[in-house]
Amino acid sequence: MALQLESSFDQIVDRCVESIESLDFAEAKAWKRASEGRALAGCFPVYSPLEIFHAAGALPVGLVGGGNRLEIAHADSRFQSFICSIVKSTLELGMTGKLDDFDGLVFHSICDPARNLASVYQRNFPDTKIEYIHFPQRIGAPDAVDYLAAEYARIALWAGELTGRPPSADDLRASIELYDAIRARIRALYALRSERPHLLSTRELYALVRYGHGVPPDVHLGVLDEALAQVAQRGGKPKDRARVVLIGSFCEQPPLDLIASIESAGCYIVDDDFLLGRRFFTEDVGADCDQPLVRLADAYVRRSVDSSVKHDLGHSKAERLVERARAQRADAVVVLTAKFCEPALFDYALYRKALQEAHLPHVFLEFEEKMWLFDKIKSEIETFVESLLFA
Amino acid sequence: MAVTAEYQGRLHHLQKELMAQYYRELTESSEGHGKKAAYLLIGGNPVELLRAFDILPVYPEVNALQLAVKKQSLGHIQAAEGMGYSTDNCAYVKADIGLYFSGRKTPFATIPEPDLLLCNYVGCNVYLHWFDHLAQYTKRPAFHLDVPFIRTKSGGPTNDDFAYVMRQLRQLIEVCEGITGRRLDEDKLREAVTLSSKTGELWSKIKHLTKRTPSPYDAYFDSVTMMAPLYCLRGTPAGVEFFETAYAEYAAKADAGEGPLAREDVRFVIEGPPPWPYLRQFRDMFSRWNAVAVASTYSTVGGLWEFGFVHDPDKPLESIAEHLLRWNLTNRNFLQRYDQIERYLEEWHADALVIHSVKSCRLFSAGQGDMREYFTKRGVSTLLVESDLEDPRYFSEAQMRNRIDAFFESLAHRKLTHAQA
Repeated sequence: MALQLESSFDQIVDRCVESIESLDFAEAKAWKRASEGRALAGCFPVYSPLEIFHAAGALPVGLVGGGNRLEIAHADSRFQSFICSIVKSTLELGMTGKLDDFDGLVFHSICDPARNLASVYQRNFPDTKIEYIHFPQRIGAPDAVDYLAAEYARIALWAGELTGRPPSADDLRASIELYDAIRARIRALYALRSERPHLLSTRELYALVRYGHGVPPDVHLGVLDEALAQVAQRGGKPKDRARVVLIGSFCEQPPLDLIASIESAGCYIVDDDFLLGRRFFTEDVGADCDQPLVRLADAYVRRSVDSSVKHDLGHSKAERLVERARAQRADAVVVLTAKFCEPALFDYALYRKALQEAHLPHVFLEFEEKMWLFDKIKSEIETFVESLLFA
Repeated sequence: MAVTAEYQGRLHHLQKELMAQYYRELTESSEGHGKKAAYLLIGGNPVELLRAFDILPVYPEVNALQLAVKKQSLGHIQAAEGMGYSTDNCAYVKADIGLYFSGRKTPFATIPEPDLLLCNYVGCNVYLHWFDHLAQYTKRPAFHLDVPFIRTKSGGPTNDDFAYVMRQLRQLIEVCEGITGRRLDEDKLREAVTLSSKTGELWSKIKHLTKRTPSPYDAYFDSVTMMAPLYCLRGTPAGVEFFETAYAEYAAKADAGEGPLAREDVRFVIEGPPPWPYLRQFRDMFSRWNAVAVASTYSTVGGLWEFGFVHDPDKPLESIAEHLLRWNLTNRNFLQRYDQIERYLEEWHADALVIHSVKSCRLFSAGQGDMREYFTKRGVSTLLVESDLEDPRYFSEAQMRNRIDAFFESLAHRKLTHAQA
């Protein structure tokens, strides 16, 4: 019976992996075709208010570049060699017609290349609606909530232009409830992985979460529920591995095989910042409210997780990383940043200092989404883990 | 028409004198017997508000570029890299962090510790990281002035953006009151804004002078030099004095038909920051082709006065908010920069566009390949070259010279064949 269940869990993961490794957005396109008045809204990392698009009748689709299955043949003439890969591969998706069915794309104030990418898209794809959200950088400040609620009202109008149906307050409340449910399931899976990492690998968890980037949220919720039900019944014993917190991969995503390589090199990744936008809040946003846009804005300003693209003068991200690692009973921290990712690279300087002062071992590694070979990184991780286990 | 020894003579001396006075003030502040000091950024900033409190503005960007010009940046950059900063991080930041930990002593001043870290976040995301880090290192009070980026079809801020910035400016006044122990003197604020408006008007007139043929000065190499008084002295009588002198000198040159070079064969627009460690060499690469920059985007990072902005003394806070939100290159989107360049090409009668793509500043550089494609398709002769604004390791002199030579040679050939046709 257990074997059957495990096999079934594996099938769920396989289905997710197959979906995320395809660059066809087949499920999203099929959903759009199934009914009139539907639209696809592509959302660049890190966080996007998915509820607003969904409430307007659009499907928010996560855009996280082209991975290692897309050759960049056009976009590298538009963005220089020192610009991160996700910016170029996301443009390449458009230039190779893979986003033709998308009605709108939304970018955010996360870094300078992502912001300029919005403009380059606007110029090169005049028929696609391009939007840009400026997130407030006064984290915790009441006036930042007011500002962001007004920004969200603007975005709601834009979302309505995609579908011809601006979202009502009831629509928004229903969408918040749905995405809260998804976030709760993801939190549960993260908690389970931290508690019993031998039952749920990070590769598997990653696939389950990322699957939501390309399918309707109710479909994603169903898959997460199924996965949660089955993973709890998995068997197996913990291996002698180092518990690590992995940080730095919040925007461009490492290849799935790289994640698997890190694990097989002797790590249990017990916390990470992959796909942060899908689990951006520390608790439910809460649909029980009069003003759902204000509630969403409040969640961003007061109840969201740390990120290299958020700046909170009241708290040190580096100190909180140390606290987080301790809370996770981590043996070490793996800083895995995308090549040329300035937000991550800046944060690393502060992380390094804090981790050294806290006597928490760490290793710093860089990756690119288009990597195919992982031997070098695996070998570095193996050496690092050995140094931990035999110190 | 020869390049005379008088070129920039009086103005150059005045700038040296006024900037030396500014740096003396920095050193006095660092020694504890001067004014309170606030660090802030060049991109559209509210320096007038600081002037109203007699707070001395300190610009880490200006300090970093001065280090680069004086060939002092690399050691500080490498020191920062030794702390964990990446070779891919902005070198302005690394030079500044390196300087901070080396005791803040430079050949031009001792930089004071900040009494306030005022991060005027206008577009550049690196600003936020930079001041976050300074806040961690210095443990001094910090304030993020969050300025929403221009992102609407109208090309301007929304009413909510404006209200948000106005609320923050009022909070900033309270912060300054706390630091200085003084209430805001509204008359002093009005006076600072009045001085800024005069400076802005003069700067605008100076920039329009380069529409003349020949251009009386180089709107890149000379303009970026004038950016130091524009930012360090804006809102003071000394700032007005400098720009009155500059306007008089350049207007006289324009009237006399004099330019920065003996001949003006090519008029070009240049996009992007200069390579500060190799400014002279870079300039020479254009001068040898008798090429003069008639407009530059980098000289508008802190303000777009030439397109009509002027501070309004009757609405001091509102006009500061407008400056932050709308009237500087930094807070405008990338396509608005295309429009700005287009306007320069047409109204300033330029023959070509040079894009200097710098690794450090992705606000400027990310997507400049697309910009090149756009202008090339519109028939504008466009050159893209790469180096850095601060890190001397990224400047390859021979390669740069080859590319610039090839470009101007082909441009000259095209002009010749065009004329013959």
